[in-house]
Amino acid sequence: MSNRLGSQTLTFSKVPRLLSSYTIVGPLEGKGPHALDFDEILPDDVLDQKTPEKTERLILEMAIEKTLQQSNTKIEDVHFLIAGDLLNQITSSTLAASTYAAPFLGIYGACSTFAQAMGLGATLLQGDFAEKVLIGTASHYQTAERQFRYPIELNIQHISSNHHTVTGAGVALLGFANQGPQVTHATFGTIVDMGLKDSQDMGSAMAPAAFSTIKQHLKDTSRGLEDYDMVLTGDLGKHGRKMLRLLLSKEGFSGLERLQDGGSQIYGDHQKTGAGGSGAACIAVMGLGYALNMLKSGKARRILVVATGALLSALTVLQGESIPCIAHAVALEA
Amino acid sequence: MKPQEYQKLVQDNSPPRPIFKNMLWAFFVGGVICTVGQVVLNIASKVENTKAEASAVTLAVMILIGTVLTAFGVYDELAEKGGAGAAVPITGFANTMTSAAMEFRREGVLLGMAAKMFVIAGPVIVFGILSGFIVTLIKVLILKLL
Repeated sequence: MSNRLGSQTLTFSKVPRLLSSYTIVGPLEGKGPHALDFDEILPDDVLDQKTPEKTERLILEMAIEKTLQQSNTKIEDVHFLIAGDLLNQITSSTLAASTYAAPFLGIYGACSTFAQAMGLGATLLQGDFAEKVLIGTASHYQTAERQFRYPIELNIQHISSNHHTVTGAGVALLGFANQGPQVTHATFGTIVDMGLKDSQDMGSAMAPAAFSTIKQHLKDTSRGLEDYDMVLTGDLGKHGRKMLRLLLSKEGFSGLERLQDGGSQIYGDHQKTGAGGSGAACIAVMGLGYALNMLKSGKARRILVVATGALLSALTVLQGESIPCIAHAVALEA
Repeated sequence: MKPQEYQKLVQDNSPPRPIFKNMLWAFFVGGVICTVGQVVLNIASKVENTKAEASAVTLAVMILIGTVLTAFGVYDELAEKGGAGAAVPITGFANTMTSAAMEFRREGVLLGMAAKMFVIAGPVIVFGILSGFIVTLIKVLILKLL
């Protein structure tokens, strides 16, 4: 068990790296402050497809193709494809995966899926079970709205804690090489449920999960927030970000200025997206776009990506269940 | 931290909703829709012979307006500003039906659009009929007893 640290953290001594990656976002995200961090901005969020579900699948496939192209890798050489999305039975991922001959592991962690996939991918590499693992997530505003909320054109007044699901996909190829950003640690989170039931405020529900995983990761690795140039949470949004800061400062953590949140930052304030972005693609595009660019350009040497997920369903919300949340963290180094 | 403590922390830290601003917008947007309705009614009253016929024409026209605005993606923007001002008039009812019909069209005409068309408007109809029944019952009872 030499690859375990503390109670929840895994270390990867074999140095799995990100060989290549590709991020695609929709037009709205492409008008946000991080537009330059993404590899591709779609001209529209339909792409001549009959349904948004088909579009979501297509975006994921496009990101997979481009990721493979960039590292000149054939799909036959990929030992595992780990992917997930927000839809029931993760259909966008399974339909996309049906195009490829790689063994497929479909996972669901809502908006935390990306870090879960990266952690699992690195684990497979560390364990000598694979040489190349492809990971990816996708989401689409329209498919998520219909599954978790209301028809797009319905007369709904959004409130400041509402999230806007990111349209996009992020895919990365993990493997071994002499250079490139490396995955050094993964901390898989436990389910944290503080009894919040308001599906209109998922940020506040997810903040304790992010707090729990960050705290555990720092304890396991004997590190502080200051040891990271950036701690990028997934999609806490403006409310959740505030709650996480409160929780951390109440327990006396310093270095809160290292905290950034993908969801809060992917859209500009003028874009009227409530608390910010969410969705399986949110941290995927912010992690593989923004965070990776920071590492590549030397602006950051060490980044902790903490993807947060609200594991609710449209059914459990109506049945009055509280929102179980989770956060997974992966540490990246230049 | 205990769940109750955290729930209180969330409550204390959630920003207040702009109720006054929302109400003003609802008043304005609802008022504009009703004014349009009144104009249509005035015109219809000149064409139609009875008041009932004139209001039937007005309802049909307002529903048409609500449906067309929904189809062009305007009505949800209107509701984003106007809230209940856009939801309560009959144009809002037309919007709930049309938006659901548009949304579920991709699962087919029969099991998608037709079946799911009432997914949001359904409760309005159910409780509309139910409250109509109760009010009528009260009226009949009072008239019989007096």
